[in-house]
Amino acid sequence: MSNQSSVEILTEWDIVAARQLGRNVAKELGFGTVDQARITTAISELARNIYLYAGQGRIEIQQLMENGIKGILIIAADQGPGIPDIRKVMEDGFSTSGGLGAGLPGVKRLMDEFKIETIPGEGTDIRATKWLR
Amino acid sequence: MVHKIENQYKEILNQYMQRQSEQNLYVGQNFSRQLISENISPEEVISVHKAAMQEIYKDLPEVVWHSFDFLVEMMINYGLALQERQSLLQRQEEIRVEMDLAANVQETLLKTKLPTLDGLDIGLLSIPARKMNGDYIYFISDAEGHAGIAVADVIGKGLPAALCMSMVKFGMDSLNHSPANPSEVLGVINRVVEKSIDDSMFVSMFYGRYDAVSAQMTYGSAGHEPAILYRAKTNDFSELYAKGLLLGVSPAATYEEHTVQLEENDMVIMMTDGVTEGRTDQGFIEREVIFKMIEEKKDEPAQVIVQYVYDALERMQNAVLSDDFTLVIYKKV
Repeated sequence: MSNQSSVEILTEWDIVAARQLGRNVAKELGFGTVDQARITTAISELARNIYLYAGQGRIEIQQLMENGIKGILIIAADQGPGIPDIRKVMEDGFSTSGGLGAGLPGVKRLMDEFKIETIPGEGTDIRATKWLR
Repeated sequence: MVHKIENQYKEILNQYMQRQSEQNLYVGQNFSRQLISENISPEEVISVHKAAMQEIYKDLPEVVWHSFDFLVEMMINYGLALQERQSLLQRQEEIRVEMDLAANVQETLLKTKLPTLDGLDIGLLSIPARKMNGDYIYFISDAEGHAGIAVADVIGKGLPAALCMSMVKFGMDSLNHSPANPSEVLGVINRVVEKSIDDSMFVSMFYGRYDAVSAQMTYGSAGHEPAILYRAKTNDFSELYAKGLLLGVSPAATYEEHTVQLEENDMVIMMTDGVTEGRTDQGFIEREVIFKMIEEKKDEPAQVIVQYVYDALERMQNAVLSDDFTLVIYKKV
C-alpha cells in the first residue's frame, strides 16, 4: 500500500499546509496525539529547512505498509544548494545552539528511520519514516 | 510498561486531587524521577496526564482536552532538548576517557630519569591544571657528574600545550648524552620549536647544568620565570636572571649563560609561572610568601620542601590550580 500526496514549499504558510497534510495522514493511520505531534514537528523542521535554505522544494507524505505494519514516510526534496558539511549538520548542538530549532538530529530522533542524500549545487533529498507500533 | 506507568500516574494524581497534601506532591516528584530514568519524554507525561484525567473526570469540557493536546505540541522541542542533552553528556564522557588515555600517553612520552649525583639532592613536582601538562621537566645526566635540567612551559595549557611539548622533548632527546652548555641547548631547542610549532605558540625554558665536581651551576633562560638562588650562609634569596627570547620567536635568537658557585645547603629553585602566578581572593601570591615557605623547611630534603610549598599554595587557592604547576629544587648537600 502506498498512498501519496505532496505540498510545494514556497512561502512560510506552505509549512503549515505540509504539517496539516502530515497530521491528517498520521491521524488516519492511527497515530496517537504524541506521535502526531512528533511527526508534524519533523515535517515542520524539514519544510522550514527548505524554505530557509533552498528557497523552494516539496514535502511529500506517503502511507506505508510493510509486513503488516503501517507507517508514514516524509520526503523532503529540493534543488537548493545542498549541504556541504553533512557531518556537521548531523552533529548535536550544531543547529540547536543557534536557536534554529530541532535541526536534522532532532528530525532523526522524532522519527524511526532517517536517510539523507545531498549533492552540493544540486539539492537535498531527505526521507524519514515512522512506524505505527 | 507504558500501561503500568499510566496506572501509577493515575493513582498518584487521584490521591493528590482528593487531598492536595505535600506528601502527595512528594510522591509525585519521586515518580517523575523514575519517569526520567526510564526516558519518558515530557510530551508523553502530558499525554499520560490527559489520559488519567479523562478516566477520573470524564465530564470536563472539551476545551480542557484540547488544551492538553496543545501542551503536547509545546513540549515536543523540550523533549528533543532533553534527548540532545543526554547524547551530549555521553559524548562528553567519551571525550573524558579519550583525554585520560592521552594524558597517560603523555606521561609515558615525557618520562625522564632523575639523576643521582653525590652532593646533590633533587626535589621535583609537576602538576597539570587540567588533564594534560603544558609544563615539562627533562634531565640530561652523564657519568662525569653533570646533571642538566630543562624546565619548560608552553604559553597556554591543556591539549595544544601538551602536543607542543612533545616537540621540545624530541629536541631534548637529540641532545641527550652530551653535556652541552645552556646557551647551546637553548639555541638548538629554539630552532626546533621555531620550525615545527605554530606561530601562535611560544615556549619558555630554563636550562641549568650542575657540575658535581666543581659544585657550579651554569644556567640560561629563554624568557622563563627566573630561577631563585637560596644562600644558606646568609639566609637570603636572589634571582638567577639570564637574558634570552622565548623559544620559537626568532631562529637567530641567542642565549646568555651565567655560572654560580653553590655552597653547602644552598638551593637553586626552578619553577614555572604556575607557582608564582597563583592567585587568592586578595590577588597574586607574593614571591616572598613562597620564599618564606622554603625557608621554614630549609633543613628538610628537597622533595619535602617542594611538596610543602605545593600543599601550602594549593590550600591558599582553595585547591583550584589556575595553571600547570612545576617546581624543582637542586640542593647542594
